[in-house]
Amino acid sequence: MAKKKFVVGCFDDEAVLFPAVKKVRTAGYKIHDIYTPFAVHGLDHAMGLRETSLHTAGFIYGITGTTTALSGISWILTYDWPLNIGGKPHFALPAWIPITFELTVLFAAVGMVLTFCYISQLSPFIKKHHFHPRATDDLFVMVIETTDKTNVDDLVGFLASAGAVETDVQIAEEGWWLGRYDKDEVPFQNKIVAA
Amino acid sequence: MAKYQDQMHLKYESQLREPLVYGTKTYHDVTEDIVRPIEAKPSKLWYVGFYIAVALLMFGVYAIYRDVTYGIGQWNLNKTIGWGWDITNFVWWVGIGHAGTLISAILLLFRQGWRTGVNRAAEAMTIFAVMCAGQFPIWHMGRVWMAFFVLPYANTRGPLWVNFNSPLLWDVFAISTYFTVSLLFWYSGLLPDLATVRDRAKTKLRKHLYGVASFGWTGSTKHWQRHESLSLVLAGLSTPLVLSVHTIVSFDFATSVVPGWHTTIFPPYFVAGAIFSGFAMVQTLMVIIRKVFGMEDYITMGHIEAMNKVIVLTGSIVGVAYLTELFMGWYSQNKYEGYTFWYSRANLFSPYGWSYWGMMACNVLSPQIFWFRKMRRNLNVTFFMSVIVNVGMWFERFVIIVTSLYRDYLPSSWSVYYSPTVWEIGFYLGTFGLFFTCFFLFAKYFPVIAIAEIKYVLKTTGESYKDNMGHLEHVSAEVFAHSGHGHTVVENESAS
Repeated sequence: MAKKKFVVGCFDDEAVLFPAVKKVRTAGYKIHDIYTPFAVHGLDHAMGLRETSLHTAGFIYGITGTTTALSGISWILTYDWPLNIGGKPHFALPAWIPITFELTVLFAAVGMVLTFCYISQLSPFIKKHHFHPRATDDLFVMVIETTDKTNVDDLVGFLASAGAVETDVQIAEEGWWLGRYDKDEVPFQNKIVAA
Repeated sequence: MAKYQDQMHLKYESQLREPLVYGTKTYHDVTEDIVRPIEAKPSKLWYVGFYIAVALLMFGVYAIYRDVTYGIGQWNLNKTIGWGWDITNFVWWVGIGHAGTLISAILLLFRQGWRTGVNRAAEAMTIFAVMCAGQFPIWHMGRVWMAFFVLPYANTRGPLWVNFNSPLLWDVFAISTYFTVSLLFWYSGLLPDLATVRDRAKTKLRKHLYGVASFGWTGSTKHWQRHESLSLVLAGLSTPLVLSVHTIVSFDFATSVVPGWHTTIFPPYFVAGAIFSGFAMVQTLMVIIRKVFGMEDYITMGHIEAMNKVIVLTGSIVGVAYLTELFMGWYSQNKYEGYTFWYSRANLFSPYGWSYWGMMACNVLSPQIFWFRKMRRNLNVTFFMSVIVNVGMWFERFVIIVTSLYRDYLPSSWSVYYSPTVWEIGFYLGTFGLFFTCFFLFAKYFPVIAIAEIKYVLKTTGESYKDNMGHLEHVSAEVFAHSGHGHTVVENESAS
């Protein structure tokens, strides 16, 4: 896979990070990603990432579970092997609710977790480039993708002026994505103008 | 702090709330504090505890070996008391297993910030408790090599299917779903914290093992965004799931026509009891963990008190359920119900009267002590009560199962006094061994507190940060709403 040059700026406070994200995006640089030790709410919007659709996937998995349970049980108990239990109806819907519910939850949960791991490329034995070991400790690591036209020194200085406590230039593989997740996003500048 | 001043109002939380994290902590301090037990050599106490747990586990394994070899005839069950210690223990462990997911799911939806300090260990406890619970129905089958008969698949024995109308099969689905979902919830939450341990690892082996365990977590914003969505939906799914599991366990009894079981009050009564015993077990473990690992800043008195409040609430709900049952035993004017409740149970001098009054004393009377704030914030009382509650909840299941079965409709089928054999007790002790072996290993190799989640609430609820925000109490609402340069962030947060 193609290697690329990235400029890395580390911030130690999310209150500095947010204005810095705004500055970097207004200046037209492309933020590859920001690695944070915990979920910083609002950062995804500040970066212009679109909402995740994971919950929609979860809903689809859930109704798959519901239909699996209902169609499976009704086929088994009314067609494949109907049992006469004290003359009660074969199609005993109320008695199937518990299993239907459990399968709905099971399908949704398992499906969502697998999807989450798949689209985020999380798996045991996977090799990933980690830009900074303290990204999982106390640093907010902003990684900016460069092109041939980027003036790397300028960018490093720009990041430092935006409040980065540590800057760095690294060459890394881009990693594989299943499509670019933010390509349809309206640029940040336009948003500010609109607001 | 000066640069932080601008957006402080975004993090503002009332001064009336107790801090969730004590001391002057930075993000790095949080990492250090929580990862320390993993990186340090375990103490002597850990080894002693671990070996005792393994010894108990071995005894349990031997008891099960005998069970498989000689059959469950080595238990004192008989034709009348077909369910005894084994199912009592099953329900007891499943009940304990309710607290973890309740804390992580229901309290997440209710936005209870204090859950962050205790959710990780509570979830681990849930998983281990459900593992222990699962042992009982499995080995009770006797011919355990036939265990796969409970799985629904078109087989060569018919084609014959399992009975989907049976509460026992609902239980198979409920418990296995609960275990799977709890495990996924717990482990997906662990990924970022395992990555923290990985990135601090000094040795190659450690880095590799935690690297594998953390699935290559990087902390990417997009991953966090999905992770948040995942946690929220899993919490939404787990909330009815927690309630459904013990509801379905109660259906095992409630759908039968045995006096004392055949009641509509069972589902809410069982769920309240499960939360009650689960929180008690969490208290037992938390009081030890905070002491042994020095986590007093993270598992604070506020946490202990909050859990004691849940204990007194659910204990009282359970108490109301007991009294309602007694009342209905009389009010229904059903001879059999009346006999079960007023003779087999509530009569202290009946053969099992001791278990009923033991249950009443432990579950209903003694938790009332937690109406007093001083008692809720007393560690010794908390620890003692947490054990008492679980003793009481064991009695409850024993009362329900054995006192209903031993004398039901036909006096000629009444049973002699049932007491367990050493192998029934050994099996029970073995599950304690399994539980604590797992828990000791968890405490040694996994972060017992959710690091990332503590960091997330640190600047809102950390003691030093709260102190710095004190001046905002006196700021007018107008100024408060428009202070600082945080407009864009405000906009973005409201959009999320």
